[in-house]
Amino acid sequence: MPEYLTSFWQTYNTLFYTIFVHGMLGLSIYITLACGQLSLGNAAFMGIGAYTAALLTIHMGLPFGLSLIFGGILPAVVALIIGIPTLRLSGVYLAMATLGFGEVVRVVFLNMEITGGSLGLNGIPLKTELWHLFIVMGILIYFFIKLKNSRFGRILEAINEDEVAASVMGIKTTYFKVWAFAIGAFIAGVAGGLNAHFTFFVSPREYGFEPAVDILTFAILGGTRTFWGPLVGSTILTILPEMLRFLGPYRLALNGIILLLVVLYLPNGIVNKDTFDNLKRLFKEKRRNA
Amino acid sequence: MFFQQIANALALGSVYSLFAIGFTLIFGVLEVITLAHGAVFMIGAFAGLIAVTKFNFSIIPTILISMLASGLAGFIIDLVAVKPLRARKFHHLAPMIATIGSATIIISIYQGIFGAEVYRFPFDFVPSDSYEFYGIQLTLLQLMIIGTSFLLMVIMILLLNKTKWGKAVRAVAESSKTAALLGIPVEKVYQFTMVISSAFGGAAGVLTGLNFNAIHTFMGGPILLRGIAVIILGGMGDIRGAMFGGLILGFSEVLSVAYISSDFRDAVSFGLLFFILLIKPSGIFGKVMERKG
Amino acid sequence: MLKVENLIKDFGGLRVLDNVSFEVRQDSIYGLIGPNGAGKTTVFNIISGLLKPSKGKIIFNNQEITNQKPYVITAKGISRTFQNIRIFKEMTLLENVLVGMHRLFSYSTISMFFDMPKKKREEKKLKEKALEILSIVHLSEKGGLKAESLSYGEQRKLELARALAAEPKLLLIDEPAAGMNPAETKELMNEIVHINSKGYTICLIEHDMKVVMGICERIAVLNFGELIAEGSPFEIRSNNKVIEAYLGKEEGCA
Repeated sequence: MPEYLTSFWQTYNTLFYTIFVHGMLGLSIYITLACGQLSLGNAAFMGIGAYTAALLTIHMGLPFGLSLIFGGILPAVVALIIGIPTLRLSGVYLAMATLGFGEVVRVVFLNMEITGGSLGLNGIPLKTELWHLFIVMGILIYFFIKLKNSRFGRILEAINEDEVAASVMGIKTTYFKVWAFAIGAFIAGVAGGLNAHFTFFVSPREYGFEPAVDILTFAILGGTRTFWGPLVGSTILTILPEMLRFLGPYRLALNGIILLLVVLYLPNGIVNKDTFDNLKRLFKEKRRNA
Repeated sequence: MFFQQIANALALGSVYSLFAIGFTLIFGVLEVITLAHGAVFMIGAFAGLIAVTKFNFSIIPTILISMLASGLAGFIIDLVAVKPLRARKFHHLAPMIATIGSATIIISIYQGIFGAEVYRFPFDFVPSDSYEFYGIQLTLLQLMIIGTSFLLMVIMILLLNKTKWGKAVRAVAESSKTAALLGIPVEKVYQFTMVISSAFGGAAGVLTGLNFNAIHTFMGGPILLRGIAVIILGGMGDIRGAMFGGLILGFSEVLSVAYISSDFRDAVSFGLLFFILLIKPSGIFGKVMERKG
Repeated sequence: MLKVENLIKDFGGLRVLDNVSFEVRQDSIYGLIGPNGAGKTTVFNIISGLLKPSKGKIIFNNQEITNQKPYVITAKGISRTFQNIRIFKEMTLLENVLVGMHRLFSYSTISMFFDMPKKKREEKKLKEKALEILSIVHLSEKGGLKAESLSYGEQRKLELARALAAEPKLLLIDEPAAGMNPAETKELMNEIVHINSKGYTICLIEHDMKVVMGICERIAVLNFGELIAEGSPFEIRSNNKVIEAYLGKEEGCA
């Protein structure tokens, strides 16, 4: 391999891995936004997944795949527990409940012995490789593509557009919202497990309110019309801070500014409903001109 | 021992009520859940800190300055983030997300200026005298906090019930369309509500800063969580609910710390929130919201 | 088929429905009329489960359905449209109808994931069925278009198609002729009669008197939440109380 490629990889491989993880987190919040709910708890779910997977590989020597799966299942179960009473109500209730939940998870991690308290968990074996990330991301993208033209996908979209009309059409709206929330939690948990096994280290601070806002920004910036939106948004918002490192703590203000600007002036995000039509038109013109 | 805890519970709970009143009022009038209320709380705390450490103000001017600073912050947040969304028809989550953005910007700026360290008031700022009532020891600080909180809450109630502005606020909370038809300047009422509610949030901030003698840029998060728990517990948009809910939360936290464990104090509010969502999501004073066809 | 018994609904201090009772016979077209604000849509909301009555019962096919959740009531065979048209604007016409018939889908999520033959078969079959339903309201050529691109009248027809997709026994239609010109209204009347002839019982809220008198077999009249008259079109037309409350004012506002 050429010299410059190897050194590029040495410097930026973590960034690459992080782009994948952030993409998964964007997808995890996307599925709840797709049915009109706002979850601010996906960073906490990621944390639960990270700690679970890490503890399973460290203390029980489970094979990586199994750790990841359990790391996804536990947050999903928690999501079911929180979701069932909360999702009977309008989307703002889930936002508030998950905000509170995020704080609680942080406190629990801080105080449990097994999680290492405020020092976190150290020495997590390096297990994640690029091909793991490719496979998981591939599965997720396939899942979301299949979702679009399926019964489940249409139901989520109906709930998002008009929940009352959807209920009157015989849709068990709470049931589906809870499922979407739990699936999102599963995805976030798996992302957490993958993340823990290349950063070697997890601490309670990484999974609080700020990361939850990051994840929300991925989706809002990218657009919530299709699942490609959060993928675009997360990629931009992972690379951009790297280039803006010199801003220091003010870097976080960037997220806030982006959220505000997008909500106010570009409410459908970058990948919105016209994007696909525009892209199609662009290709048709190119073909005609060729 | 139990009775002694009452003092702590009152001090804690009355500040929670103060914070929650502003929070719930903004919801009731503007129909927005402002997740920037925690940031406003923090602004009030820092304003108070600066008033004391840099300008040597005494306690009452300090509290007033905190309220002024946070009231101004609330006005700006409304102007920049919430007001533009009023004119157009947006997704129901948009205003909430706009307040999240505002909060993030504010906290980041404060982090840049003040860093992450914990600041304290000068040692003797509040003399450490204590008094006894019916066998309960109350420090001067606790008396001040309880007194100020209750005073402000009484002012709020009088404001809402006895003044012209208060009537306008209640009318807009009931129905902004009808209020507009009656000639009430709805936009001014919105701004007024934001300012007053944020001022109360800032007062809660400086009082909390004094109570725990700790001020830092991330103090907005935990209080926001408690505010959310209180307004859902008390009923969203309901002032009485905010007051009672705050006191209930204060007592619950203090009792759980005293008799169970102090590690999980932050979890108490979430536990209460979850419990209420299970049993009566509309809260103690809330009416069940029915879906319309 | 549908019995509304002593329905009372209070909103705070306001009594919106006061002891309303009527019965819709199977296979008939039943009209529910009254001035604006009389409480007609509230009745529909209670029947379809969106609101709980303060007192009273709703009985459908000898089963009490009062206070049940909307999706349960729909499963039992009641479908409805809305006064202000609540179609899914961002979805295509076909997708709107497919959502309406979602109960007819039975393939599992695993099938969805792996594109199993069962899923493919069902999707194909039900898409064809959806096109059939769209053709009842003459919209099948526009199946792939987004719902928001339709004209007002077409959107109403789409909502009707979507309600039919759930294979209801009783169809509640809320002011279908609102905003339509005379030609569209006539077409609508024919379509409703046509749907009724296929075996769907219909209960209709409408302001346009031509429509109501023209196609309804029996009519109930509400005013300020009270049932002031009930009977055949002829009886209603000559009822003094009705004339006073309603027909005396502008006739047939669309």
